[in-house]
Amino acid sequence: MKRLLLGDEAIALGALHAGLSGVYAYPGTPSTEITEFIQGDKLARERNVHSRWCTNEKTAMEAALGMSYAGKRALVCMKHVGMNVCADAFVNSAITGCNGGLIVLAADDPSMHSSQNEQDSRFYGKFAMIPVFEPSNQQEAYDMMEEAFALSERLKEPVLMRVVTRLAHSRAAVEIHEPKEENALSPETDRTHWVLLPGNAKRQYSALIEKQPVIAEAAAESDFNRLELCEDEPDNKTGVICCGIGYNYVKEAVGNKMNVLKVSQYPLPEKDIVALAAVSENLLVVEDGQPVVEELVRGMLGADYPVYGRLTGDLPRAGELNPDNVAKALGVESNRVFDPSPVLAGRPPQFCQGCGHRDVYNAIREVVAEFGDKARVFGDIGCYTLGALPPFTAIDSCVDMGASITMAKGAADAGVHPSLAIIGDSTFTHSGMTGLLDAVNDHSNIVVVISDNLTTGMTGGQDSAGTSKYEAICVALGVDPAHVRVIVPQPTKVEQIKEMIREEIAYPDVSVIIPRRECIQTLARHARQKAAARKQ
Amino acid sequence: MKKDIILCGVGGQGILSIATIIGEAATAAGLNLKQAEVHGMSQRGGDVQSNLRLSTDTIYSDLIPMGEADVIISMEPMEALRYLPYLSKDGAIVTSSQSFVNIPNYPESSAIDAELAKLPKVAKLDIEQIAKEVATVRSANVVLLGMAAPYIGILSTDELRSAVARVFERKGEAIVEANLKAFDAGVAAVG
Repeated sequence: MKRLLLGDEAIALGALHAGLSGVYAYPGTPSTEITEFIQGDKLARERNVHSRWCTNEKTAMEAALGMSYAGKRALVCMKHVGMNVCADAFVNSAITGCNGGLIVLAADDPSMHSSQNEQDSRFYGKFAMIPVFEPSNQQEAYDMMEEAFALSERLKEPVLMRVVTRLAHSRAAVEIHEPKEENALSPETDRTHWVLLPGNAKRQYSALIEKQPVIAEAAAESDFNRLELCEDEPDNKTGVICCGIGYNYVKEAVGNKMNVLKVSQYPLPEKDIVALAAVSENLLVVEDGQPVVEELVRGMLGADYPVYGRLTGDLPRAGELNPDNVAKALGVESNRVFDPSPVLAGRPPQFCQGCGHRDVYNAIREVVAEFGDKARVFGDIGCYTLGALPPFTAIDSCVDMGASITMAKGAADAGVHPSLAIIGDSTFTHSGMTGLLDAVNDHSNIVVVISDNLTTGMTGGQDSAGTSKYEAICVALGVDPAHVRVIVPQPTKVEQIKEMIREEIAYPDVSVIIPRRECIQTLARHARQKAAARKQ
Repeated sequence: MKKDIILCGVGGQGILSIATIIGEAATAAGLNLKQAEVHGMSQRGGDVQSNLRLSTDTIYSDLIPMGEADVIISMEPMEALRYLPYLSKDGAIVTSSQSFVNIPNYPESSAIDAELAKLPKVAKLDIEQIAKEVATVRSANVVLLGMAAPYIGILSTDELRSAVARVFERKGEAIVEANLKAFDAGVAAVG
């Protein structure tokens, strides 16, 4: 039976059919639809597969490790920058090893369609010394889940699966099979693997090093890696190493006319690379993201063997692969006829009409202007990052989840006044709470605005971990209750919000203002759901 | 045989619903299909597009190479122009004539019309007006699909029409009827 699935959905269904017992994740483009698919799946509901959103990627990674410890198959999903948040748990999970199969899925975003960098998660796999899978299409994404869980259980190590936006968000028909049963509950009994005191950790790390040849052999023998030599084109001088979806662009451009090594499982299959190099005069590495493989291949073949790719400028150093830049690197001429139209204007994303963040920024912008050029507003990650664009131009920074509060604190420590932070409700519970505690302990002179729209808005309206708890959290962290203030952001209240911001700037310690109004997208969705329920 | 289609517009205009209908028709007809979508931040009032590839053979790339799109189906006239480098020599543009102005530097309509007039095959209509006349304004995207039907080629008008019915089936008979009327009006408008 075939089903039309997004890459993300193929991963989700592949995991479920491989006997998944729990997915743990924080929403992040382009990974969000994996967890959402499992939340909506009938089999997952029948089996009571865990799928509730986590507070951040680190709590997700650790909970998944706990489920694996108990003997069950677990999946943890995140966008690439989430790997930074969970890196402590992730790297150490390779040291403890796992019990039930454990797949860590990182969805990279080359070209930064919805991200602040284009870091390549394959580095993390190499860093942690575990197997990495990188599917080239939706079918492989589905099939790999069972393979990856099985390999994880065979090696007793977590496995990293890396996808990119174009696969995550592209649909194709996928042949699916009967679902497997879940693993039975069988918690670990050996404590020495799991208690990473230095004595145990040294032993575990040595064991991980000893597993490396087995991990390499698994990739060398993997059906997902394939050397495709074409015998009828013996004059072909360039051999092409295609990683993940790079394979598709190469096949699109040259069909079967070049010698190709398809790579979808790492560590790199060294024997195949040497074999390809032997029948070629030079190699082109086609990989989406950073030149991870290109550097490794150069190391393998020595300085005299010509290897082309992103480092040599044959493919662009930044940005995603596409059929056009890959065709160009292969020397295939473009069929392009029409030039870009000169009358085009850019159309950047913007706040929805009626969004509460608009009212918050209108107030902040006007109060900040009263302080000449002295005030600074530190922003954060979410829809409200759009406050950086005209007509608001209201934030001075946006770096990583939670950095608004801690950067405002550091700037205040240095003497910036007024120093404001603006952070969304979901981002605050993700990574803002600990920073707020630092500020409280230091009596930092900052104003933190938690713009609460009762949801994780930018990724499409997922539940926000702290909903209805924000005042209690701030007070519990030590903010004076008189300076935890709530208001409804709407156009008629902008003057009131402005006055509140002025008062809290005047208060020489930590204050929190919580403008709270539901995201208009989720509001509309809830209204539609209610209307549909009434009809039935 | 293959057809490469670019669907485009502004976030929230319903291009993914058009993709869903074509996808449903293609699946029923046993065609291979790949459909790359844009999710995330750009859906908030920014430009959005979807690459839809249909073929009787294996499709490798999820994205359409430049110069190979057979049809650009656009909910907005300026957005249709954004993807011109992807249009093939004999490719068609099927677009709404109504501008969606949510940026301060939106070009003059006459400049957009002049650009479109230079191209070989353009079908441009006020799909909202047509939708209002035969059904409801919410079916404007299905009017556009009807207009595009003759250019999609690899699927017949009937195959697309029955896919409209199947996709909206869940929402009840009245909505199916409205969308079929919208589709027929789109087909008639270019026929």
